[in-house]
Amino acid sequence: MQKDILSKEESLALYRKLILTRLAEEKIREEYFKDEMKTPVHLGIGGEAIPVGVCHCLPPRSKTFGTYRNHSLYLAMTEDTDGFFGELYGKVNGPGKGKAGSMHLSFPERDFIATSAVVGTTIPVAVGAALANAYRKSNDVVTVFFGDGAVEEGVFWESLNFACLKNLRVLFVCEDNGLAIHTPAKERQGFQSILETVKTFDCYVGGGQGHDLQGVIQSTHQVVKQMEDQPKPGFLHFTYYRFLEHVGPREDFDAGYRSRPTPDNLDGLDPVLCFERDLCQNGCKPSELSAIKKSVEEKIAKSVLTAQKTDFPSSEELYTDLFV
Amino acid sequence: MKSFMTFRESLSLAVAKEMEADPSVFVFGLDVPDHKRIFGSTKGLVEKFGLERCFGTPLSEDAMTGVALGAALSGLRPIHVHIRVDFMMLAMNQIVNMISNLRYMSGGKLTIPLVIRAVIGRGWGQSAQHSKSLQSFFAHIPGLKVVMPTTPQDAYSLLRTSIRDDNPVIFLEHRWLYDVEGEVDERKTIPLGNATVRRQGDAVTVVATSWMNVEALKAAEVLERRGIQLEVVDVRSITPLDEETIIQSVKKTRRCIVADYDWAFCGFSAELASLIHHRCFNDLKKPVERLGFAPVPCPTTRPLENLFYPSAVHIIRIVEQMLGLEKTDLSGESFYSYEHNFKGPF
Repeated sequence: MQKDILSKEESLALYRKLILTRLAEEKIREEYFKDEMKTPVHLGIGGEAIPVGVCHCLPPRSKTFGTYRNHSLYLAMTEDTDGFFGELYGKVNGPGKGKAGSMHLSFPERDFIATSAVVGTTIPVAVGAALANAYRKSNDVVTVFFGDGAVEEGVFWESLNFACLKNLRVLFVCEDNGLAIHTPAKERQGFQSILETVKTFDCYVGGGQGHDLQGVIQSTHQVVKQMEDQPKPGFLHFTYYRFLEHVGPREDFDAGYRSRPTPDNLDGLDPVLCFERDLCQNGCKPSELSAIKKSVEEKIAKSVLTAQKTDFPSSEELYTDLFV
Repeated sequence: MKSFMTFRESLSLAVAKEMEADPSVFVFGLDVPDHKRIFGSTKGLVEKFGLERCFGTPLSEDAMTGVALGAALSGLRPIHVHIRVDFMMLAMNQIVNMISNLRYMSGGKLTIPLVIRAVIGRGWGQSAQHSKSLQSFFAHIPGLKVVMPTTPQDAYSLLRTSIRDDNPVIFLEHRWLYDVEGEVDERKTIPLGNATVRRQGDAVTVVATSWMNVEALKAAEVLERRGIQLEVVDVRSITPLDEETIIQSVKKTRRCIVADYDWAFCGFSAELASLIHHRCFNDLKKPVERLGFAPVPCPTTRPLENLFYPSAVHIIRIVEQMLGLEKTDLSGESFYSYEHNFKGPF
């Protein structure tokens, strides 16, 4: 696999995003026990390279949709740690003024349109946004992220069918961690391979290992290029390892439904460690990476402090934003 | 411009007018452009606007509702049509978890100009899955507007208003009303949240939804011969609700029947009865009476179907009880019988 497709500048910008999403969630893990962030958090540690890599390949003005496990996507799209932590703390500086919380983050001004806590729910909405693009003769691509559980929902197949029927430029991204909450795929799925099944529809497919940022970028580039050349949906399937419990800041290996990876495996599954290794092999200095890390840490710490100091929404806000 | 037309014609005219005025308006749904055109209510649209703006869909109510939402979020104005409201149950996740919530959850950043049209109510032995109304169901959810027109003019004007509204609107059209004819002034606009007094009277207020207005006016015609004047208030939109027109009428007549075309239990009629008792407590001479479907699934066979649906006869009998009158002899009366207007199979 060709791994040197990124310029050094691009690589470091990507590293900044990747480490931003990781450190933002590590910060949540530190702070969560204070019970000031009163919102269920579905942390994406282990899966960060998928949204970071896919978003890197999207043309400007590409709308994206996501799930409740959306922190990495939010930060990959916006790098807005102030709004991010504001929303998690339920404060007025959050993009939803605290009405959204962790599970419903969005930032429409930056084309991050909507997320949902009901599995599969944003998939047809993304298809509708792609239909709107086709209606206006625009070539823009719409992207929707969802987990492997979502492909068990009828709405996924309804959406895929309609998108293929209408040749819409919508990119379906399946972030496959092999678990629906705690239930493994082998206890849920009556098919051999999601990728092979989707291939029977009229769309472009690709995928690979989601911890490999450069691999994610390569696969995404290929599919997006095909979609741009001739309008059809794309489907990307990336596997990754969910390091933490389904919801909450802890590990849950003691629960018995899966075993703790060995330290060697763990390294191989961690997108941050993998990318750091790649960068160093390609000539980046560890000091460059630690400088980026330090500046990101400072940015996050500042945003957390700001969120903690910012006001909650006023009582009047309960009734605003229902109708236009 | 005024002209005489049916309810179904007024619906297609309203959509055509809005599609002419705004290229972002489009209409879609299963069988929307087929030869039957949703009982004629989308007639002429595909010829005029083409398949890009008037198209059919796969049998995927859930996804198609999400598609409508996605298009609305992108600045288009979709009109999604269901030939029966019962089929919308397949789309409730999108309606209740997404369409009604997204503006609020985005802190007011997302706008959802979306109309979902659905045919409701009775046909001809339509049974339990082609016969519901469900306005109470939809109106229960904050973030949705629910509209129920009765006349061709209201269907025309309220549909145009709904399409222009920047919020999601559920637009419920009774199947039997499709044949009703009336004058339509194309320039007349009617805002949502605006009830109307269909008939003035002083004895009892009948607050009615959709087809129940037809039944209430028939009851009023019968009772008028005994010198009893019913006032009939057509709610027209469930949410937003025009409380003032209703309350003003009840304060005048001091007696009220809520005739809702839906099940009564936990329904819109209960909501209105509560509102009226609260606001007219000292004015009421009798408790508010409620009329709705029998609390069972709709049966197919005609004798049981007749018992399931509320009618003018029920209204007459309740009025008689409220006023302490002898029962009117109804043997010579001619009530609405759909056999004269409506044949099967659908």
